[in-house]
Amino acid sequence: MDKEKSEKIRKKLKNSTVGIAGLGGLGSNAAISLARTGIGKLVLVDFDIVEESNLSRQYYFLDQVGKPKIDALKENIKKINPETKVETYNLKLIKGSMEKPFKDVDVVIEALDNAETKAAFIEEILTKLKDKPIVAASGVAGYGHSDRIVTKKLGKLCMCYDELAKSSDDDVLMAPRVILMANWEANLALEIILGEDK
Amino acid sequence: MSIEVNGKNVEWVKNETVEQLLRRMKYTFPLVVVKINEKVIQKKDFPISIIPDNSKVAVLHMISGG
Repeated sequence: MDKEKSEKIRKKLKNSTVGIAGLGGLGSNAAISLARTGIGKLVLVDFDIVEESNLSRQYYFLDQVGKPKIDALKENIKKINPETKVETYNLKLIKGSMEKPFKDVDVVIEALDNAETKAAFIEEILTKLKDKPIVAASGVAGYGHSDRIVTKKLGKLCMCYDELAKSSDDDVLMAPRVILMANWEANLALEIILGEDK
Repeated sequence: MSIEVNGKNVEWVKNETVEQLLRRMKYTFPLVVVKINEKVIQKKDFPISIIPDNSKVAVLHMISGG
């Protein structure tokens, strides 16, 4: 292991904050991976409670069914890395004020489920927080076809993207592909914070 | 006289705007970004941005799921 590199990374991550909008399959898994890397702080936003059906792909446990996702995920993060600070907002993101919880984060991760909300959120971050890097994902449903997933970079927006995937309204959501994309997003966030790994 | 839209060859129409092209392509999904020859076109400019001949147009869209 390169000690100098890992120390540099540790320091940089400790002083960094990532905001996550939505704590479903994308958001919960991205948050856990980032906590494992030693990220200093996570800002988590969701309004939902954990349901049994979520356990097929989201980072929660059976005994957390019925709890608000923000509280359940905070518990799980604390069990893995108590050093990561967790700030939570139990709220539904509404057009016109979606950017508010994310003003002070270094990178925003879009991890919402509905296509319209996803697009509205990205537009709001890009227009209201002009210098804020945002990572998003589109096309998580189904299984297989890992190599159809690509990263699209457009200014401050980085998208984990599979244009041939079907909508989750017409397809299944399964752990491997959802978690693959969640970690793809987390990995992009790391790249933005640390710079390209050379 | 043609343009490329998301890798597909499509007939070029004189004075066609981004908004008209999206309608012609039947792109009804929630859009994120439209790029013409690597330049990002803002949503508010869709009704006024004219697509030049031989353009390469990229349309990124959002698919539900998360």
